[in-house]
Amino acid sequence: MGRALGVLIWLLTIGSVWLFVNGRWWLPPYISEHGPAYDRQFLITIIVVGISFVAAQVGLGIAVWRYGSRGDRRERAVYSHGNNRLEIVWTAITALIFITLGLMGQRVWAQLHLNEAPAGATKVHVVAQQFQWNFHYPGADKTFGRTDPALVKDAELNFVGLDEQDANAKDDQVVTTLAVPVGRPIELTLQSKDVTHDLFVPELRYKQDVVPGMAIKMHFTLTKEGRFELACAELCGQLHYKMKSYLIALPANVYDELVALPQAQFQGRITQLIKEYPMGIKQGAATTAAR
Amino acid sequence: MEEATTPIEPTAAAAATQAEAAEAGHPAAAGAHEPHGHHSPPTGFIRKYIFSIDHKVIGIQYLLLAITAAFIGMFMSVLMRLNLTWPGHKWTILETLFPLGAPGGVMTPEFYLSLVTMHGTIMVFFVLTTAPQGGFGNYFLPIQVGAEDMAFPVLNMLSFWVTLVGLVVLISAIFVEGSTILGNTDFVNNFLGGGGTGTLGPIGGWTGYPPLSALGKIAGPGQGAGATLWITSIAIFCIASLLGALNFITTLLNMRTRGMSLMRMPLTCWSWFTTAILALLAFPVLLAAGVLLLLDRHAGTSFFIPGGLVFSDAVLPNKGGSPILWQHLFWFFGHPEVYIAILPGMGATSHILSTFARKPVFGYRAMVFAMFAIGLLGFFVWGHHMFISGMDPRTSIAFSVLTLSIGVPSAIKTFNWLGTLWGAKIRFTVPMMFAIGFVSLFVAGGITGLVLGQTSLDLFIHDGYFVLAHFHLVMGVAAIFGMFAGVYFWFPKMFGRMMSERLGQLHFWPTFIGVYGIFVPMHIMGIVGMPRRYASFQEYDFLRPLDPLVMLVTIAAIVTAAAQFIFLFNFIWSMFKGERASGNPWEATTLEWVTPTTPPPHDNFGGHLPTVYRGPYEFAVPDAPEDYVLQTTPDAAAGNVAAHAAGQGVQGSSGNGHNGQH
Amino acid sequence: MVTTVSTKPAGSVSTGTKSIHLGGTGRRAGGNGSRGGGPQPPNGGNGGGGGRAYPDATPQQYRIGMWLTLSAILMMFAALSSAYVFRSTRVQQGWQAFSVPSMLWVSTALILASSASFEVARRALRRGAADVYRRWLVVSLGLGFGFLVAQLLAWRGLVGQGIYLATNPHSSFFYLLTGLHALHLVGGIVGLVYLMLRARRDAANLRTNAAGASGAAVKARAHADAIGLYWHFMDGLWVYLFALLFLWR
Repeated sequence: MGRALGVLIWLLTIGSVWLFVNGRWWLPPYISEHGPAYDRQFLITIIVVGISFVAAQVGLGIAVWRYGSRGDRRERAVYSHGNNRLEIVWTAITALIFITLGLMGQRVWAQLHLNEAPAGATKVHVVAQQFQWNFHYPGADKTFGRTDPALVKDAELNFVGLDEQDANAKDDQVVTTLAVPVGRPIELTLQSKDVTHDLFVPELRYKQDVVPGMAIKMHFTLTKEGRFELACAELCGQLHYKMKSYLIALPANVYDELVALPQAQFQGRITQLIKEYPMGIKQGAATTAAR
Repeated sequence: MEEATTPIEPTAAAAATQAEAAEAGHPAAAGAHEPHGHHSPPTGFIRKYIFSIDHKVIGIQYLLLAITAAFIGMFMSVLMRLNLTWPGHKWTILETLFPLGAPGGVMTPEFYLSLVTMHGTIMVFFVLTTAPQGGFGNYFLPIQVGAEDMAFPVLNMLSFWVTLVGLVVLISAIFVEGSTILGNTDFVNNFLGGGGTGTLGPIGGWTGYPPLSALGKIAGPGQGAGATLWITSIAIFCIASLLGALNFITTLLNMRTRGMSLMRMPLTCWSWFTTAILALLAFPVLLAAGVLLLLDRHAGTSFFIPGGLVFSDAVLPNKGGSPILWQHLFWFFGHPEVYIAILPGMGATSHILSTFARKPVFGYRAMVFAMFAIGLLGFFVWGHHMFISGMDPRTSIAFSVLTLSIGVPSAIKTFNWLGTLWGAKIRFTVPMMFAIGFVSLFVAGGITGLVLGQTSLDLFIHDGYFVLAHFHLVMGVAAIFGMFAGVYFWFPKMFGRMMSERLGQLHFWPTFIGVYGIFVPMHIMGIVGMPRRYASFQEYDFLRPLDPLVMLVTIAAIVTAAAQFIFLFNFIWSMFKGERASGNPWEATTLEWVTPTTPPPHDNFGGHLPTVYRGPYEFAVPDAPEDYVLQTTPDAAAGNVAAHAAGQGVQGSSGNGHNGQH
Repeated sequence: MVTTVSTKPAGSVSTGTKSIHLGGTGRRAGGNGSRGGGPQPPNGGNGGGGGRAYPDATPQQYRIGMWLTLSAILMMFAALSSAYVFRSTRVQQGWQAFSVPSMLWVSTALILASSASFEVARRALRRGAADVYRRWLVVSLGLGFGFLVAQLLAWRGLVGQGIYLATNPHSSFFYLLTGLHALHLVGGIVGLVYLMLRARRDAANLRTNAAGASGAAVKARAHADAIGLYWHFMDGLWVYLFALLFLWR
């Protein structure tokens, strides 16, 4: 029985490890500047985790394999209550590894969260509502028009409550797709009209809750062109699983042309871009590493 | 297995107790067993089995409640898997069962989400919190410390009945939301916020984040009566847990028998003690949060509801509440809750590993400190559930580093379990299989905390299947393995009969393989980016490559769920037909195995409390007549154990202190 | 934390002259448990009695149980006060504080007085002055009711000004905290009523001094001590809440 259990523990360990290393399933390719650093930290952590996991399971398997009772009533196990030196050694080693890993794990976070977006970052307001993403662009004047919850009229497509009387609002565009330039810092301001949502683009390596009553800022820089699925990652109601949009990463010049368009043509151009850009990183496009 | 009962009465231990008491001028010293109302067992079915104040009956009541709840929760999880694997498939049986939630046999997304919510709530509160603590703790804590009952038996009874009320209120949400008739009664419409939306309760997840959970009907189906009953049930459960916790702590601090110093307690007692402290300090916070949420829902306050929310073009009148406040309060409770679920499993595992390894627990003292360290740190890491919630990113860093440091005491425990097995003479009984399974699963589930605890990595894996896999393995499956180990181990004492060993093995193997099959692939799904709480994965291209894994998980889930019926059958069958158990069938050392009868009499020790002479895990003592020495065996009878034990404490790292003075 | 509570020998065998010593009051573990498997000679250590003298919880259990209850209540109010502080400092939107309703000064005076009068009663019980004990219990109870009435008047005053539970965040917290405190105080009042009923029934037994205390007297004292702890705690809690709601910042 003991040997069978030992073998089973090893088999399960091998199977688990295989799922991680077979290469068929892994993180999606990254498209943001902090992507490589993220992936590196993830890999290092998974390796540490994997080694610890395998070591513990193999150890358990060996113990179970070796130390089975033979049914002899006179046999005795080793009489020991422990070993302080061992306790100190393994406490110190694990503490060292875990805390080091913990400190390393703050780097990408600090880089994204403890700094403001650089001045001149491309700004887009994100307004989430139950089962729809709205993206509010400032238009050619780069100034956002005034919004007011009282002015929201979903039927008239005024999803964000834009004040048409406001001069700054004249050239603003509101669509349900996020188009942003590659190679420039981007700052999104996240707001919600109703419940908590979460903006998630797997390739972006970024998740951020969109909390009603708050205007949360997030910033990043894209390095690759393409079209990517944008999902809601915080339970927001029955159609949560369908609250989908796209992130389109455009070359800077294409983006500049896009935002110069008036609202009427803007939507059409976005639809066209969705067709132009098949899902994923755009093949053949020069991966801009502009800084 | 040999008959190895050592009833307390004729032994030297009992004699010593009485002699001592006589010396102390104790009223009961004459040896006369004074008849007290409390001591004499109640007669009549109702007093004896229903409204019993006997901790043993209450323990069994808790256990049965938890098993019932576990099967309900498990049924829900299988339904969820069916929906995720075959979206849009028509299940005729579903339509029959839930005509509103699955019209035409196809599950609506809101029905799916209510399954998510109810599964989580039932499992976390009424299984993981209830069975290990309320069930086993209630039954065995007083016996293991040598007490006749809990300190406050009536409170103990109350705590069970309040828990049951909590469960009934929660289950009633299923009917109020799932039926148009019940859901549209005046009472439901006027006081509970309206029901009959075809869900099984609220759809906000067991974490119930506001504003979704605070707004009532306008936020979607299930958020009326379902959510009201849900949060009420949780509040009721909080009160029950508090009553239980204060009883546990008082009993442990004040009612240990003669010689039972703290450091001689079985590790199970330490785990129940730590858990009770966590419950005592964590549940009041959840209760406070629940009260605030109820007020927001029904009294128009704005604790969690910010201003300017827009639903159907209308602005809500609320002003300036904070959704994040709920998350702080909830997770201040929620993280310790994780340890409330797992710590008793750790205790039971240590206890059972040592017993069947026939070897003392390796590093008893380190185990105790690790348990307390986990409990203490558990109160300072709640923020790791909130890295991406919009909380101040600087606090996240502090929470993150503290979180990683919790891995240290957890690792200490794992090392000590391996140390206990090293050089052992393992008897592979069913409880031992589950205890070993616990260690394996605890490592598998716990270790990924190193990934999730890092703020940076949370940027991608938060709220995805990686988290789901992590906490299901560690606080769900590992904790349940601890419970299974406990059931198989203590069943003979609780019911006087053995559970079938063969059926037990038949239960263990598919369950152990099955849970790996369910939860390891879920990590991979998380790495690919699969978000939690999606009613369907059909909308996203990037999830397509995961389809084979989704199928694999579902098959594993169905196999595992099916295997649990073997357990259920074994449990019920053995209760009536199992082989009669001797008083100490496992040849264990602690006080539950020295009761005069099996199951123990009403006052546990037949009026003579045992005296304890040594630590709880004296196995393989050299020169002792057997390979185990009971805690109640006096030194003279134990073949000079004392000398060995003295030279062999945790302090003595200097090898085998065989003094040979014999 | 654990060891401080548990190593205090209670009902110790050798010092049986302690004022509250009934066999089994403190069924304390013997031995200091310095090592896991350490030997324990049967007669060593400070083991307590071997059995329970009466079925009810011992005075010490009442005390521990009450402290635990209070720590749970404290956690709940700590959670609510941190919510209050969070709400009033971090998220200031819509925050409008109103000034202290003058009635609250009256209620504060009443609850302080009732705490003091309870202490007089408790000490009288210690001396065996059962009548004094009962009289002061009545006074404490009256003051407790007085506090509740004063709170109610304060509420009515605010309602008169058009300030309701949902009017603004400050008023929400005000009604919530005062309401929950009052609810807990009602629990204390139930306790006081219980003590009074017991005092009437056991009057004869209570008229003894400490040395020769009967079981009933010990029990009455244990109950009075535990309920006293609760009552004083409610007093302190009120002062804290009052300061938090109106004097803080």
